[in-house]
Amino acid sequence: MSASAIFVLDLKGKVLICRNYKGDVDMAEIDHFMPLLMQHEEEGLVSPVISHGSVHFLWIKHSNLYLVATTNKNSNASLVYSFLYKIVEVFTEYFKELEEESIQDNFVVVYELLDELMDFGFPQTTDSKILQEYITQEGAKLEVAKSKVPTTVTNAVSWRSEGIKYKKNEVFIDVIESINVLVNANGSVMSSDIVGSIKLKTMLSGMPELRLGLNDRVLFALTGRDKGKTVVMEDVKFHQCVRLSRFESDRTISFIPPDGESELMSYRINTHVKPLIWIESVIEKFSHSRVEIMVKAKGQFKKQSVANNVEVRVPVPSDADSPKFKTSTGNAKYVPEKNLVVWTIKSFPGGKEFLMRAHFGLPSVENDEAEGKPPITVKFEIPYFTVSGIQVRYMKIIEKSGYQALPWVRYITQSGDYQLRTNV
Amino acid sequence: MQEWANQLCESRQFGSKMTDSKYFTTTKKGEIFELKAELNSDKKEKKKEAVKKVIASMTVGKDVSALFPDVVNCMQTDNLELKKLVYLYLMNYAKSQPDMAIMAVNTFVKDCEDPNPLIRALAVRTMGCIRVDKITEYLCEPLRKCLKDEDPYVRKTAAVCVAKLHDINAQLVEDQGFLDTLKDLISDSNPMVVANAVAALSEIAESHPNSNLMDLNPQTINKLLTALNECTEWGQIFILDCLANYTPRDDRESQSICERVTPRLSHANSAVVLSAVKVLMKFMEMLPKDLDYYGTLLKKLAPPLVTLLSAEPELQYVALRNINLIVQRRPEILKHEMKVFFVKYNDPIYVKLEKLDIMIRLASQANIAQVLAELKEYATEVDVDFVRKAVRAIGRCAIKVEQSAERCVSTLLDLIQTKVNYVVQEAIVVIKDIFRKYPNKYESVIATLCENLDSLDEPEARAAMIWIVGEYAERIDNADELLESFLEGFHDESTQVQLQLLTAIVKLFLKKPTETQELVQQVLSLATQDSDNPDLRDRGYIYWRLLSTDPVAAKEVVLAEKPLISEETDLIEPTLLEELICHIGTLASVYHKPPSAFVEGSRGVQHKRLPGSTGLGESLESPDTGSAAGGSDAPPAVIPSQGDLLGDLLNLDLTPPATTGPPPPPTSGMQLGAMDLLGGGLDSLLGGDLGGSSAMGAGFGAAPAASPASFSAPVSGGLDDLFDLGGGVGMPMGAYNPPKTVWLPAMKGKGLEISGTFARRAGIIQMEMTLINKAMSVMTDFAIQFNRNSFGIAPAGPLQVLTPLSPNQTIEVALPLNTVGPVMKMDPLNNLQVAVKNNIDVFYFSCQYPISVLFVEDGKMERQVFLATWKDIPNDNESQFQIKDCHLNSDAASSKLQGSNIFTIAKRTVDGQDMLYQSMKLTNSIWVLAELRVQAGNPTYTISLKCRAPEVSQCVFQTYEAVLKN
Repeated sequence: MSASAIFVLDLKGKVLICRNYKGDVDMAEIDHFMPLLMQHEEEGLVSPVISHGSVHFLWIKHSNLYLVATTNKNSNASLVYSFLYKIVEVFTEYFKELEEESIQDNFVVVYELLDELMDFGFPQTTDSKILQEYITQEGAKLEVAKSKVPTTVTNAVSWRSEGIKYKKNEVFIDVIESINVLVNANGSVMSSDIVGSIKLKTMLSGMPELRLGLNDRVLFALTGRDKGKTVVMEDVKFHQCVRLSRFESDRTISFIPPDGESELMSYRINTHVKPLIWIESVIEKFSHSRVEIMVKAKGQFKKQSVANNVEVRVPVPSDADSPKFKTSTGNAKYVPEKNLVVWTIKSFPGGKEFLMRAHFGLPSVENDEAEGKPPITVKFEIPYFTVSGIQVRYMKIIEKSGYQALPWVRYITQSGDYQLRTNV
Repeated sequence: MQEWANQLCESRQFGSKMTDSKYFTTTKKGEIFELKAELNSDKKEKKKEAVKKVIASMTVGKDVSALFPDVVNCMQTDNLELKKLVYLYLMNYAKSQPDMAIMAVNTFVKDCEDPNPLIRALAVRTMGCIRVDKITEYLCEPLRKCLKDEDPYVRKTAAVCVAKLHDINAQLVEDQGFLDTLKDLISDSNPMVVANAVAALSEIAESHPNSNLMDLNPQTINKLLTALNECTEWGQIFILDCLANYTPRDDRESQSICERVTPRLSHANSAVVLSAVKVLMKFMEMLPKDLDYYGTLLKKLAPPLVTLLSAEPELQYVALRNINLIVQRRPEILKHEMKVFFVKYNDPIYVKLEKLDIMIRLASQANIAQVLAELKEYATEVDVDFVRKAVRAIGRCAIKVEQSAERCVSTLLDLIQTKVNYVVQEAIVVIKDIFRKYPNKYESVIATLCENLDSLDEPEARAAMIWIVGEYAERIDNADELLESFLEGFHDESTQVQLQLLTAIVKLFLKKPTETQELVQQVLSLATQDSDNPDLRDRGYIYWRLLSTDPVAAKEVVLAEKPLISEETDLIEPTLLEELICHIGTLASVYHKPPSAFVEGSRGVQHKRLPGSTGLGESLESPDTGSAAGGSDAPPAVIPSQGDLLGDLLNLDLTPPATTGPPPPPTSGMQLGAMDLLGGGLDSLLGGDLGGSSAMGAGFGAAPAASPASFSAPVSGGLDDLFDLGGGVGMPMGAYNPPKTVWLPAMKGKGLEISGTFARRAGIIQMEMTLINKAMSVMTDFAIQFNRNSFGIAPAGPLQVLTPLSPNQTIEVALPLNTVGPVMKMDPLNNLQVAVKNNIDVFYFSCQYPISVLFVEDGKMERQVFLATWKDIPNDNESQFQIKDCHLNSDAASSKLQGSNIFTIAKRTVDGQDMLYQSMKLTNSIWVLAELRVQAGNPTYTISLKCRAPEVSQCVFQTYEAVLKN
């Protein structure tokens, strides 16, 4: 059904640790993985699935590690990749950084986790908060804490333990919208969408029942209210704590939240958004002598709002040298290892327009390696504002002990995949 | 903790770093000995440290199996961490020390009764992982208890353990009644237990397709749907994947399941979403299209599919491969979502290529302008593979969206002007296709193409260019010069180019006979005398003969109007597509191959199928009528067990199938033509205008018969003409067809006797039957139907017995067959169960067809591919056979086999032993590779067969034997 065995390899393909779950694939098969991967890379045919005879390797890369699952069946590939990413998530929460050294430093816990995360190729409990209740890193604490299976493991509510207590009951709600834009070299917007995410930091005692109200147009249409601005969410994804069938039937977002930080939901909005920071660029390349870059950035949002930490990243040829910059505001810096000019503007008020000029020399002997046409990318963050206009209308918190709890809401709009193609 | 740390510091040997990596550092000699001592220490902590060191050594790949007894001695401990480590050690080494593993059994059994559920679960989980037969027996009792444990954590672990045990000893599991207990767990109160029980049952059912384990009924389905709302994300996937195997009774049930599955589309885990999509795509088939809900469901599917594209790249890749299938099956779902498939600069190459593929599929008149602008952008990127595909995509857009053709062509011309070598070559290849689709429309660009002639170094581009020159020879003033320039290096060209060049020059000759006589003679002699490629030689001879006997006919054949190429060139074949839709999210959907093609021992051909539409009279839409008609008269896609066969046949609706397959080929003409090639034909060739040397005649004699497929496609339209030519040239001599045998004796057929055989003629499989009426009354109303079979063989048309069959009359019938029928593995593989009906009764019989009728004409593999494939197929799939008493030499054998579409790719002679490397391809695209060894003077041949589906080997061997001995 899914993985026969899971391997963690270093960059050279050496097995750091592995776990054989089903025993139907020879563990030595993993030796073929790295040579095949390298061969595919050379041929430019990298693929997340590599096969060798009847064995299939499904792999991901994380920092200096490869996580590889083997199988010889018609496995559920999406499950395997989701699971591999879940391993990364769990290990990262356990060891802060997941890399070669953290695996070696913690191999006992890694074995324990691998044993608990998957059984016979079936993923089991993968919630790191729950796992931390009975698989702890400090050996000595074990005997006391581990005498019982946390009921959470098999509970219908498998993401929150009972008996959580806070002096002050609060929940923080972050509404973060990321703008993805793809603009063609001639300035036409090819595609744009908003990916929103609602994150919670829950500090609530007991087993609270929460209900979140948004200005969701479908909900408003359903209930016959249509006052004020509403938002159509194209596709909504929820944390497993949200009762999906309830949402499906009456658009109510009701749930028992996980403790601490979590992403409650994400949504996508396909409406055409005006790129919040508009870039016009002229890049002139004079072979064998120089490159001249002129970039104009314009804030296309409300005057009251301010974009913070704006970074405009402009690609330059890899063999460019002797940079010279002139900016109307902010700082420009050449980052040769990434072949970029990064223009930073700490604070960018709406409606304003700024200019940056850069000048590079080019060697007289031309680089004969063809270079791609990387786009200009932009990073920014605009607080107290959502492009879509989505709003948290209420957050109801009900717990049987009857405590009063306060919800705090924060809105941020930021850049997502924000690309503007250039004509050079 | 503090105490442990202190101890470590005291012992000093570990330094100050408090991590496990210290365990990896001891590499002294005598290490095993030291560890042994430490393992047997009285101090608990020391023991634990020692076990950790052992595990560390194991992790880095050192062999510490010698410590087995010492480690096992540490097993009895109340320290959970230590216990886990010992268990881990056991899992790794028990198999190599089965006898000593028994030592551990007692502790396992004891641990299964421990008051701590974590330990009980750990014990039962680990025991299942120790794949030692002797231990398995002891596992049964503890497992039985754990399956009924009060703690759900233990029960869910035990449920999985049943699957483990079944994998080791299936019989034992059945005898012990564990399967029933497992089925009971589907009703467990705890959703996690339900999910694991479902996973375990599915796993067992998958490896034993006939076990009938998952007899899903509405009650269990209801339980599963309830558990779906409550279990973890992974549990939801198990349940959804299991649901996907169910076939609802009617559209109402189908709708109600869909309604309960739809909320899963909002799950954050991509795998849950894809599995839900699989269930919905499958059950949708049963919904009537005029139902409002059907439209609602279609609308609901698009957004989650689009959102999958913001997942991690590997998941995006899986999603894209699946979207590719979904778009082919139900194009309406994503038709407005073109933009999301636009390629981003930082997408990994595998994502880029897939997006491109989907863009082409979604291209329509409405969005073509945008698509073209994007494709042009991509064509100037640097990644060669991506650029090539982008250029090709432009060509495909032209073919697909007629209104855009002109713009596509001008875009391609712009790209040719870039002079980037591989861009130019790709552009020429696709322009050739555009010419095929829109003849006499864009020929003005030929001049530009000709300018780039010299830069073409890839065979495909050269062949395309040569085709263009030949096809439009009358408009290109210097066509003869251009073609002549290619001719100089004729022998260095690839076969593809050689064949095109031959055809192009013949075309040129037919168009401008006066100036090019010399050229055509030159190419004909190059092809026939100096080449050892049979395809080339045969084509050369056929042209030669045609030209010499009847230039008018030659013109009709060679310059015949070509059939237009279709819009979508690389659509997945409908039956395969249906099967792949049933496998959404799995590797099969990623590879676009059925699981049987890459899973070893997948028990052959248990193909999944979509349920037929039981909608209100309306069947599936037009693009796949072929498959719909093939599948709709079959009962819904529950996997039939062998026992169902009789019922299956009895329920057959014997009205002739509505499909109109290809018309029956002109059998009489064929048989007439089946004469030798050397007869009158050769004389006329030699006496012809062109003349020929005697050496050439000999060459002709030795040349293996041409199979129809080696005609270029355009010629096939004129095939009949060709066969009429002097009655000399005819069918290949080779194809061996077994003699007719009696299938239905008159005794059983109430007077009707049927004998028959199978043959493959001109690429069409035929069932040739002799019907004899031995009864006293007239027989009428004949009809025929097949049961499902291994290769989906089905009648391509009704059985044509037009006149009533009077007593003592004999009639010969040829029934053309196709291979798009429903598939089920038969035993033997080539068994076919047939029902024949007449006015008297329905009769059933079974017969076996030679697998060679399934060998297709394009079964010749490229040498390189052959080599790579041979290496790629695991040795386990190789089977060896001997053919005794065979007195042919290797060349004769080779030509004989070629008649049955077994193609010789290479021949090697080592120590007087000839090795022939051969390939053949079955109608379902399974390749079989063969190595035939022939020792001079030894009548016993050895044959090795390699195939990804090794179960066909036996049948293939029988074919070899039959062909070579007859």
